[in-house]
Amino acid sequence: MIKVSAKTKQILVPIISVIAGFLVGAIIMLIWSYNPFEGYASMFDSALGNMNGIGETIREATPLIFTAIGFSIASTAGFFNIGLPGQAQAGWLSSVWFVLANPHMPKVILLPLAIVIGAVAGAIIAGIAGFLRAYFGTNEVITTIMLNYIVLYSSQYLMQQVMSAKLRVDTDTTKAVSPNGSLHLDWLSNMFGGARINAGIFLAIIATIIFWFIMKKTTTGFEIKAVGLNPFASRYAGMSDKKNIITSMLLSGAFAGLGGVVQGLGTYQNYFTQTASVDIGWDGLSVALLGGGTALGILIASILFSILKIGGLGMQTVAGIPYEIVSIVIAAIIFFIAISYVIGLLFKDKKTPIKVKETESSQIDKEGAQAK
Amino acid sequence: MNLQTMLSLIVSSTLVYSAPLIFTALGGVFSENSGIVNVGLEGIMTMGAFSSVVFNLTFASSLGRLTPWLGALVGGIVGLLFSLLHAVATINFRADHVISGTVLNLMAPPLGVFLIKALYDKGQTENISANFGYYSFPGLAKIPVIGPIFFANTSAPAWCGIVLAIVLWWVLYKTRFGLQLRSSGENPQAADTLGVNVYKMRYAGVLMSGFLGGLGGAIFAEAISGNFSVSTIVGQGFMALAAVIFGKWNPIGAMLSSLFFGFAQSLSIIGNQLPGISHIPSVYMQVAPYVITIVVLVAFFGKSTAPAADGVNYIKSK
Repeated sequence: MIKVSAKTKQILVPIISVIAGFLVGAIIMLIWSYNPFEGYASMFDSALGNMNGIGETIREATPLIFTAIGFSIASTAGFFNIGLPGQAQAGWLSSVWFVLANPHMPKVILLPLAIVIGAVAGAIIAGIAGFLRAYFGTNEVITTIMLNYIVLYSSQYLMQQVMSAKLRVDTDTTKAVSPNGSLHLDWLSNMFGGARINAGIFLAIIATIIFWFIMKKTTTGFEIKAVGLNPFASRYAGMSDKKNIITSMLLSGAFAGLGGVVQGLGTYQNYFTQTASVDIGWDGLSVALLGGGTALGILIASILFSILKIGGLGMQTVAGIPYEIVSIVIAAIIFFIAISYVIGLLFKDKKTPIKVKETESSQIDKEGAQAK
Repeated sequence: MNLQTMLSLIVSSTLVYSAPLIFTALGGVFSENSGIVNVGLEGIMTMGAFSSVVFNLTFASSLGRLTPWLGALVGGIVGLLFSLLHAVATINFRADHVISGTVLNLMAPPLGVFLIKALYDKGQTENISANFGYYSFPGLAKIPVIGPIFFANTSAPAWCGIVLAIVLWWVLYKTRFGLQLRSSGENPQAADTLGVNVYKMRYAGVLMSGFLGGLGGAIFAEAISGNFSVSTIVGQGFMALAAVIFGKWNPIGAMLSSLFFGFAQSLSIIGNQLPGISHIPSVYMQVAPYVITIVVLVAFFGKSTAPAADGVNYIKSK
């Protein structure tokens, strides 16, 4: 047992989880006789060893920051928004479509409008689930799962059947967005050796600050938190649970939609047919869990996640280790964070040694508060 | 196409697509009734699918027609072992149930593909040679009208699942074990006071969901997909989870909802063979099951209430 203050413990537990996750990866590599040192060295080298790698890592992190914020807002209010992929996809398709349809609009109008449209599209999809939850008590887990599929198939239909053929290269790919509606910045991309890093990262940082501000400094954020912690108490205190359910889902979907926007107008510069749920949705969920739902945590987690993802590609080509190992490491890290109670047992609180027997209910409440 | 062949086509494809969902959803029912939320069904199914395909490819030549059934059993056992991770994390280590379940979903596909790459040196397996195929019940298939529709050229695993749902309904509501399991999910403190071993009950619930989920994944792989790749199990586990909630945490309800989802899924696949709906744009058929689910849920069910202590960690006081 090591004696540390509660604050140090809060920082140490995630660090230990990350190390433990990497150890799990190393053990699996050893079992299948790959060299873990070589593997991890090539991973960090290709993700951070040159400007292009760093640029791609930041580019990978950009949409995840948005989707992770989306997940965190809903989860603070007590909802499991599993519909991030659908919401992101709606934002992606609608923003690209809008830009393609208005090629002659000046950039100062076109780009902001496209971004707003993407956010609104995501918000509408999530808002459906929120509305049904608020007025009919329909379980949001089911509705968001179902909405993922509805968006997936509808997007395919909209793009292939409804979108004008003039906007498409072939049935599965749209044309590239015009420079007026693109988040691509020449100087930024050149600075990072031609990586696809784009203005989205600045939007992501702004979004993180807005997220922090909403949750910490506004009544809306306070009510969302209160409803999440105890819906009955907050109703008794005069907060409208219906309003808060819908607000939190709308915000959550808007951020997820923005994740799709930066993917479309930034990373790929187009939209192409998706055959399965959009990956930034699921990855954003991972990042949110890694980051513990705080603004700073999400920023750090998104970078760590992207180092693993981008570095994993390098690991496969340089060290010949299957790419999947990085996803196993990510899952393992989240697992260790989930069982942080056990990791926390390694340490003793310096100031207040736990001598007083806690009642069960207060312990459960604490657990709940930590999980949030 | 006459009415009878049309009905038998619809019924048999419904059963084929329902079978994996029925088993997995039944597992989910037991886990959630014991008080452990299990969003990891998708991951458990993936492990079941992976192991059954590997087993099938390895032993098909020596085991012949028994292979898919034994493969399903292997899938179940691997699913059970995989679910231990969730059980230990949530029951002993006080993990958040949703996060721990998500870990299973995040872990299973890369683990499966990694092992496939390590075993076969490629990203997906060959197609299996011994799959479940179609089965005609001797005797029952001879009954006029009903026989050919329900019992000829049908899915044997689906019928096993339907029977199992009835058995498990009896176990959950009519036996001592079932009562203890449900009380662990409704009010663990009270159950503990009365001498129920809450931890044991919760382990039983999660491990059952692991076994049945693994079985479900194996059935999907050996009856529908025919091989294993990263995209073998995409969403079936979530569908099963939806069936648990749709079925109000009741084995029979979960089975019926699984049949409904299976029916809806199969419609988008066989739709173009059916007169009357073959000219409808395919997007409507693809989206229909999900829209119908939401509409039915809103219109007829409204608020579905989980077992009271579902998702709440039970910490025994010393």
